[in-house]
Amino acid sequence: MQQRRTIDQIHTNRVLLNGQLDTPKWWAPTVIVLGIIVAIGFFMIGIMVNKGLGVTGLSRPVYWGLFITTFVFWVGISHAGIMISAILRLSQAEWRRPVTRAAELLTVFSLLTALMFPLMHAGRPWRIIYFILPYDFARGIMPNIRSPLIWDPVAISTYLTGSTLFLYIALLPDLGNLRDRTTGWQNALYTILSLGWRGNPRQWKLQTVGGILLSALMLPIFVSVHSIVSWDFAVTPAVEGWHSTIFAPYFVIGAVHSGVSAVVTMMALMRWLWKWEDFIRPEHFDALARLLIVVATGWLAFTFLELIFAVYGLDAPELALRELQIFQWPWNILFITFVITGYIIPVGMWLQKSVRNNIALMFWSSLFVNIGMWLERFLIIVPGLARKTPFVYTWESYRPSGLEWFILFWSLAWVTFLMLLFSRFFPLVPLFEQKESQTFSDSIKIGRVKVPAIVREAD
Amino acid sequence: MSKSVLGLYSDPNQAADAMDALKGAGFPLGTFDVLTGTPYPEGAFGEHVPQHRLFRFPAFGAIIGFTLAIFLTAATQIAYPLVTGGKPILSLFAMLVILYEMSMLSAVISTVVGIVIESRLPNVNPGIYDNRITEGLIGVVITTDDDKSDTAIDALNSAGAMEIKQA
Repeated sequence: MQQRRTIDQIHTNRVLLNGQLDTPKWWAPTVIVLGIIVAIGFFMIGIMVNKGLGVTGLSRPVYWGLFITTFVFWVGISHAGIMISAILRLSQAEWRRPVTRAAELLTVFSLLTALMFPLMHAGRPWRIIYFILPYDFARGIMPNIRSPLIWDPVAISTYLTGSTLFLYIALLPDLGNLRDRTTGWQNALYTILSLGWRGNPRQWKLQTVGGILLSALMLPIFVSVHSIVSWDFAVTPAVEGWHSTIFAPYFVIGAVHSGVSAVVTMMALMRWLWKWEDFIRPEHFDALARLLIVVATGWLAFTFLELIFAVYGLDAPELALRELQIFQWPWNILFITFVITGYIIPVGMWLQKSVRNNIALMFWSSLFVNIGMWLERFLIIVPGLARKTPFVYTWESYRPSGLEWFILFWSLAWVTFLMLLFSRFFPLVPLFEQKESQTFSDSIKIGRVKVPAIVREAD
Repeated sequence: MSKSVLGLYSDPNQAADAMDALKGAGFPLGTFDVLTGTPYPEGAFGEHVPQHRLFRFPAFGAIIGFTLAIFLTAATQIAYPLVTGGKPILSLFAMLVILYEMSMLSAVISTVVGIVIESRLPNVNPGIYDNRITEGLIGVVITTDDDKSDTAIDALNSAGAMEIKQA
């Protein structure tokens, strides 16, 4: 860690708890504006529930459109948390420390948002409760656990529950810290939430061992979730472009690509908005960009493989679909944009050290990735359905309605709104991790140079 | 009547000396503890190394989850025995996903319960404490009989306590 400087615990508390103890001036206006957008979005959803899915652009044969694309997109973003938090925690990567909480939080809120899209898409959400609960005894119909559409909510609910508990357990020491810094109702709230945390060796040991154990348990769940989301498509033999054996790893690596990029976006915003320059440093962006180059290139390989597998068999419907996806208007322009923004521009930028250490450029490149990754999901889902096939008796292309676009925009505002609300009450950077990092930091002299070093406890 | 005494230190070495002084004064391990705002390496203060049984919790949880999942998947299929594509009613592959997810969910929940229980939380009566511990001070706390509290205070002071609190 080259850019570290010694920061005492009082200063760490004052700076990293500035969102809770001394709310920044921009916070309230931003939350109000976002709150208005969120309220309008819920009103729009209400209109759709009242009028039916006719207010969307969905029509046979394109029965899955913007909502399902956005659902897959947010599930993808949710993979940030466990990728960053669990893998880096297990590998004891030192640069994880300022990143983990924000990544876990992004997981929880993006999963919550993702879950809302299939519900909206169902048109009459209350009628699909039997997907989860075996309630409909009158007709004797139980959830069909053989359906991937049941696997999906089960996997996502597991991931959401696990991620939320993981987030809470890692918050305990910081809740104790907030209890010690507050008075009145806030003190009462943090006293209850911190469960009487004192910071004795037993509690710290359980915090460390428990964190590693939960990371190890969450990793297989993280892999399973996007695999199962991919099977929503891959087990549908009737749609070319969906029925692919590589979909599970392809979706997982794509999710990591978009999720880690979203963490970069969020870290840049945190650094700018809360002025955490001492804690979120260029070296963290540099490390994330190096990781992203590997992930993005792995993801590109899967994208390429998917195309190769599709065209190698010279199966006429598959070839027709790929021609539609890549060469025909308007899909061709979307495809080009997807490749350029998903890989060529960001990876081209990240190969430069000057870009990796430039927060503004990292911010914009990470946004490019998520534009590309949203388009990737759209291009997987819609053209396969929109392609004219012999036995389809109605055939229309898909043009998303204004309401669908607004709900997509609403989801971005909704996640940001939830994050900002969270930041008012809970710290976005784990304080105890920062302090531990200071405890273990040292410098060693090698020859004539003094090198910053981290002391690590033997397992 | 028992009494709690807390000594506050700014330096980890002093806190370790205080722990040694308490041991030297005849207080048994386990009657005194060290409180910090950040994790320190195990044994840094010469404290009693805590034992735990956390690893049993996820295993137990996974077994419970798996059993419940077997019941849910089998019962729902048998309750509405719709033959699909000539496949068996109890279709194992389709059950695997639910079995896996429910086992993992139960393992995670029981691990979290295990962390809370093994951390001795929730702690309704946390006892003597000082808010400056989360600002970097290190607290050495001992609960002892009233008549031995002076010995404990002497031991804590001998290590250079910057402040002593009693309750």
